[in-house]
Amino acid sequence: MSTALKFDPIRLPKECEDLRQEVRAFLKEQIAAGTFDPGGVGRDDAFNYEFARKVGEKGWIGMTWPKKYGGQERTFLERYVVTEEFRVANAPTRVFFTADRQSGPTLIKYANEEIKQSVLPRICRGECCFGIGMSEPGSGSDLFAARTKATKVDGGYLINGSKIWTSNAHRADYLIALFRTSPPTKENRRHGLTSFLVDMKNTKGISCNPIIQLSGLHEFNEVVFEDAFMPDSHLLGEIDGAWKQATSELAYERSGPERFLETFQVMIELVRVLGENPDLRAAEGLGRLVAQLHTLRRMSVSVNGMLQAGKEPVVEGSVVKDLGTIWEQRLPHKVREVAAFVEDEDLGNRIAFEEHLAFATTIAPKLTIQGGTTEVLRGIIAAGLGLRGR
Amino acid sequence: MSEADSIVAETAARIFADLADPQTINAAKDDGWRKPLWDALSESGLTLAWVPEDLGGAGAGLAEGFELMTVAGRSASPVPLTETLLAGWLLSQGRIASPAGPMSIAPARPKDRIALGADGTLIGRARGVPYAREAAHLAVIADGPKGPAIALVATKDCRIADLRGLAGATVQDVTFDKVVPLGVADAPQGVDQSALMLLGATARSLETAGGLEAILAMSVKYAGERVAFEKPIAKFQAVQHNLARLAGEMAAATTAATSAADAIASAERLDHPGIFLEAASARIRSAEAATEGTSIAHQVHGAIGYTKEHILHRFTMRMLTWRDDFGNESQWAVDLGNRVAANGAEELWPLVAAR
Repeated sequence: MSTALKFDPIRLPKECEDLRQEVRAFLKEQIAAGTFDPGGVGRDDAFNYEFARKVGEKGWIGMTWPKKYGGQERTFLERYVVTEEFRVANAPTRVFFTADRQSGPTLIKYANEEIKQSVLPRICRGECCFGIGMSEPGSGSDLFAARTKATKVDGGYLINGSKIWTSNAHRADYLIALFRTSPPTKENRRHGLTSFLVDMKNTKGISCNPIIQLSGLHEFNEVVFEDAFMPDSHLLGEIDGAWKQATSELAYERSGPERFLETFQVMIELVRVLGENPDLRAAEGLGRLVAQLHTLRRMSVSVNGMLQAGKEPVVEGSVVKDLGTIWEQRLPHKVREVAAFVEDEDLGNRIAFEEHLAFATTIAPKLTIQGGTTEVLRGIIAAGLGLRGR
Repeated sequence: MSEADSIVAETAARIFADLADPQTINAAKDDGWRKPLWDALSESGLTLAWVPEDLGGAGAGLAEGFELMTVAGRSASPVPLTETLLAGWLLSQGRIASPAGPMSIAPARPKDRIALGADGTLIGRARGVPYAREAAHLAVIADGPKGPAIALVATKDCRIADLRGLAGATVQDVTFDKVVPLGVADAPQGVDQSALMLLGATARSLETAGGLEAILAMSVKYAGERVAFEKPIAKFQAVQHNLARLAGEMAAATTAATSAADAIASAERLDHPGIFLEAASARIRSAEAATEGTSIAHQVHGAIGYTKEHILHRFTMRMLTWRDDFGNESQWAVDLGNRVAANGAEELWPLVAAR
């Protein structure tokens, strides 16, 4: 039973290390050119289209996708390296990150050829921002309670209802959203939802209301649909059968390095203020954090290696996100404790440390909610252990 | 068991299943099970797996020996298999032939030092040596006049002090008071006390990972059988989430331990920052997982898991004991933290992302 969970010791191959050096050099260049400021924490400038375009030119968006759609057909482990180097450098990836991680792969699997030909290359060029329309005012973790309705009309569907907590919606070119095409059945409460590609820039009847987060950032939105028309061609996959399409993508969404590196810079600043000779207590605290991070990264690399090998490590991906987000949620509090007796005289170091600590502390509460709550993840792991149905 | 397990691991698993079933051992009136188990392990060449054939061993690779430790952890059998493997490895580094029978190693803690004097005798104290009383011989890494030296010692020539700690009868303090070794050799480049601690800590991490696998399987099974409030307790969300946490701890320990083992088995040299990070992380994270995981397993089992009769304690007490061998998690964390701090802020990410 327990051996159903597998985390093979996977190493990044040589081509990944070459790529890593290339990515680091690129980031250094972009910082020097002023494309972005790596010290910029918690600012709203992560929608950086110039940076996105330059990343697109390097071929690092959609890099695992087929060449005919603008991709590079490189490996998931290579994408892993790009993702983690961007994250650690605090690079502004919001324009393309969602599309690169999950929307593009969904389109490749379920969209018609015409959409693939037109949309995917634009994502790869860094011109196209995506959001995910899942949650609704009455439906968050319980995805299958979604009620926003798609009514069949000639040539397509009319959408009525609203989505909420929709990150990027105010900037997005497209959403991939779930709408109700049929009521659930007695036998299967997951039945009746269909996935659509929503053109946010060219569809009448869609309005977007900002929701400001406690951090002061504007990521969330409420998206209201009033008789918004979706052509049949924008249907993704099986009518009423969206629930079958979600599972394998979850492993990608949940196991990546972004699940525990979002606030990694606070660790760098911690090392800086601790100095070369920390006291025993600080050394132990720092050592534990590094060991825990190393372990999480090895688990995450392992899951991505399994994905590359064509496996579907959905339960393992959930374990990575559960452990990773809990760890990162506690990180600022641990860092604060470890630094409790530091008396660093350098004002610059102090300011950077305080700023990163404040940012990490502020975003900590959301880490275990977004993209699958702790409770949902533990339910999936419990199912993997055979304790309940999936 | 996975399809990747080697013949060595399969052989060991079969022997443990046949001769060291935890239920049988737990119910045994005496130690009569010990000799047949040791003889079977020994006759299959497992106890000296890390000794080359020309020194009387089986000549298996580091990777296969590490697999053996995970298998041993799954049954938590109180026999000095890991200790004998480590001793055989150390003696082989000095081209000293391994004697038959159970062995252990000294020092077993990073701060203890044993000195090899100019007169060729050993002086010093090794605290918390596993199975010192049971092992006929000890493999010792000592500070010699020309640097690290490897020595083979008869345990009867040392002073053994019993402790009253958690490890019970399995761990003793060993004092070397001008002990004359049975054999001695200069340690080759790169083999020193730190190298022994790296291997030992990784070994304990693998055993802990195996133990966590076992108690997870045991807890899942029990939760499916035990009925309370008119249904199996596995149906309660609170219990499910506890077991999911235990699975997470098992997964973290397994990943860190197998990663360290893999890194060491393919390393050209052990004194490398990347290898230190691997072994330290394995030790720290597996010890933390032992602390968390054992308490969850007991919580799931309720009162029955707290009885002498139930086998759970054979695993939980052993895993908690293992945390102290070859440097506890606090000591490794201090060393790792100091290294990271000394290298400076800009070197943290390159270290973590090095492989």
